[in-house]
Amino acid sequence: MAIEIEKPGVGLSKVAVSETHGEDSPYFAGWKAYDENPYNESSNPSGVIQMGLAENQVSFDLLEKYLEEHSEASSWGKGAPGFRENALFQDYHGLKSFRQAMANFMEQIRGGRAKFDPDRIVLTAGATAANELLTFILADPGDALLVPTPYYPGFDRDLRWRTGVKIVPIHCDSSNNFQVTPEAMEAAYRCAESMNLKVRGILITNPSNPLGATIQRSVLEQILDFAVNKNIHLVSDEIYSGSTFSSSEFISIAEILETRGYRDSERVHIVYSLSKDLGLPGFRVGTIYSYNDKVVTTARRMSSFTLISSQTQHLLACMLSNREFSENYIKTNRERLTKRYDMIIKGLKNAGIECLKGNAGLFCWMNLSPLLEEPSRESELELWKIILNEVRLNISPGSSCHCSEPGWFRVCFANMSEQTLDIALERIHKFMERRRRN
Amino acid sequence: MRLVVPLQGVVQGRGGLIFGSLIPCALFYFLQLYLKRHRSPNSRSNPPSPSASAQNLAEMNRTSSRSNLLSRGSIVPVLISSLATSISKPNDSPYYIGLDKASEDPYDRIGNPDGVIQLGLSENRLCFDLIEKWMLENLNDSMRGRKGGDLSISGIASYQPLDGTMELKMAMAGFMSRVMGGAASFEPSQMVLTAGATPAIETLCFCLADHGNAFLVPTPYYPGFDRDMKWRTGVELIPVHCRNTDNFVLSISALNQAFNQTRKRGTKIRGILLSNPANPVGNLLSREMLCDLLYFAREKNIHIISDEIFAGSIYGNEEFVSIADVVDSEDFDKSRVHIVYGLSKDLSLPGFRVGMIYSFNENVLAAARKLTRFSSISAPTQRLLVSMLSDARFIKEYIATNKKRIRNMRDLFVAGLEGLGIRCADSSAGLYCWADLSKLILTYGEKGELELWEKLLHVAKINMTPGSACHCIEPGWFRCCFTTLDKEDIPVVMERIRKLADTDAASRG
Repeated sequence: MAIEIEKPGVGLSKVAVSETHGEDSPYFAGWKAYDENPYNESSNPSGVIQMGLAENQVSFDLLEKYLEEHSEASSWGKGAPGFRENALFQDYHGLKSFRQAMANFMEQIRGGRAKFDPDRIVLTAGATAANELLTFILADPGDALLVPTPYYPGFDRDLRWRTGVKIVPIHCDSSNNFQVTPEAMEAAYRCAESMNLKVRGILITNPSNPLGATIQRSVLEQILDFAVNKNIHLVSDEIYSGSTFSSSEFISIAEILETRGYRDSERVHIVYSLSKDLGLPGFRVGTIYSYNDKVVTTARRMSSFTLISSQTQHLLACMLSNREFSENYIKTNRERLTKRYDMIIKGLKNAGIECLKGNAGLFCWMNLSPLLEEPSRESELELWKIILNEVRLNISPGSSCHCSEPGWFRVCFANMSEQTLDIALERIHKFMERRRRN
Repeated sequence: MRLVVPLQGVVQGRGGLIFGSLIPCALFYFLQLYLKRHRSPNSRSNPPSPSASAQNLAEMNRTSSRSNLLSRGSIVPVLISSLATSISKPNDSPYYIGLDKASEDPYDRIGNPDGVIQLGLSENRLCFDLIEKWMLENLNDSMRGRKGGDLSISGIASYQPLDGTMELKMAMAGFMSRVMGGAASFEPSQMVLTAGATPAIETLCFCLADHGNAFLVPTPYYPGFDRDMKWRTGVELIPVHCRNTDNFVLSISALNQAFNQTRKRGTKIRGILLSNPANPVGNLLSREMLCDLLYFAREKNIHIISDEIFAGSIYGNEEFVSIADVVDSEDFDKSRVHIVYGLSKDLSLPGFRVGMIYSFNENVLAAARKLTRFSSISAPTQRLLVSMLSDARFIKEYIATNKKRIRNMRDLFVAGLEGLGIRCADSSAGLYCWADLSKLILTYGEKGELELWEKLLHVAKINMTPGSACHCIEPGWFRCCFTTLDKEDIPVVMERIRKLADTDAASRG
């Protein structure tokens, strides 16, 4: 082997060396700790329990049952007549049958209160890609998007990294359950202006991650009015819409538009995915639903960088257009998530911990501010480290979600069995007891 | 009154003159007022007299245009980004226009014999029957697997490594090695899997170059690069022209010239983008040329991206040499070499979206891995492919049969063209041939070539890709993909070309 001679290496791009991927933040550091010492009921009962991953594993059996009973979804039918066409299909419009099935599924989730046109659906390999794609389309590099805090840490990477777009936070606090207010939106807009940033849109997550709560109708109206007033876009990431504990409590921006006769709709875009509601993040299925024709056209063209496997489209088209399956799934999934939520809230309450009143999602927003040495980010991270290393639970600190109030943590409850959740709650209980005694 | 005041000032102090000038001015003013009120908002006023007209005219037009705005409503449409605006324009490349036209009216020997014959899509349909057979025999086992084990739904439903599972990487390493003749071997840990080769090349571009930097690309090149490499990255592609006299093989001197010219105008070159086997010409880069390119890259301190997506489509006797093979065997700086590969061409599965970046540079791999979150391969597809690619007997049979069938189809197609006096460039790979139709062009030049392309598309109803869409410097060359045809369709193609040529010759007199 020749001796390597030191010479200046060939350079990489700014994107490649930038830290915007955010993988050095506590949000991701906790995952590393989990990867190194993962909890396992039998082989590693004292390992770290992962409560920082918003994954839905409570309804796998329903998916498995469907696939067992409907092999044609996985195999293109007897003799595989549709296989050839499917394997060659790389049209960025996506399979019509799949788009139709997605539109129907989205309608069912909203209790039929909004209609979706399959031709307005653009398919992407996951909501991550959908959010990035929309950002490329709605904003130029250097422009800004307004995002209410606390927000999903992944946005810092997905909305900013390759797009060069900036996020200006809309600060929300516990005084009104972290709801967005017109004053807060106005303040964020002015802040952007003072930094000479052109605001191109506002991006909300409804139901909210990490709050685990739906946005009220009146607030949605105010947000839409704000967007109209400033002549900017409104992106509504509704990825947890099927995970609301009761169907009637979720109000989609689509419903608001419907009541307004679709006036002002050309500025509204909805992001959806099957990763949370259907528990299939590995399948990489996301969508952009836009009421703006130009956005639909350009998103479709740009989706060539992030197409969904036609095999997967076919499988899911079969599954989601099976009315019996989809209705039962949505209903059962909701019931099981509600049960989990009740379980964790009760368990936390017994340990003396309060949470924000939630009604959706795969997590709850826990208030540990009474435990902080002082109301600061450093104190919060100290507490987070203790919980990670002593209690051996990986939970997400509010600061990684840009929460302006220290002491809040996001705790996921749907990515584990009930037994594991019990163990986690026991550990928390013991931890709180120890603290009280000291 | 505005008219009157300046005039008044002029004649100030002279009473009689005041009245003498006031009254006609006043009358004039009232005349203008009357005309203004009775004119429709859109019509232009004819100025009654040059001196006073200008201000009035401006006022009237201001008023009328303002009322127009109000009647339209004061809604200014919400804007999209500059990138989106440029992408939303109708596609003007013949490459895409032709593809669209062919898919709107697709030829079918029985169902639509007058439809457009698609020769513009480099898809391989010749060995589909083998894949279908494999599917029928193996699908259910490979998909469902053991219940509750790693192969059940919960195994593929949850988040997978974003850059692909290790099982698939290992299977791909084995497949690539076999496809490329067994000389090069590939390390799974140096792979980043993506949803197709399209995002692989874009991701690499994002890792290697900043907005405004450039890559040198030998012409003619795949029209899709203009979209994949440039759209969102803001990178420029600098064509390095290759000529028929060299059989369209790249020369280092041309590369050097392009490099220097680009640097002179202040643009930073970050790398060379090669396609090997070449698309659209179908020739291979020799081992010597690959070495020369590596020397060049080292001298200029730039990267090399080698798109080897057609490596499994070799039908000629020439040996395919992957740049991975050269880098392994000689003492070259590997950190500047990156390969793009995918299963769309060699395994005929474009719908499944399977591509990869193969790199020797740890930093590039680290960055690319993080970027794959935007374009990961769907888990059920990964599982299916692990099964298929690990079936060594099937893969061996597939690769051998594929080569044979591509060769047979190519020979028939090229012979058909030769029968019409159309010669093709020498090539030993790819799903297409590079045909010289310059004799059929009326006026030699890009315009003439595009006119021929339009006639071929709309009159002869054949979609071929014109050389200008591939940035070919010599007019008259067309890429014809023959792997989407059946043998029986070849005479139909030739007949249509002959008819067009005869009609043209007749009209020329």
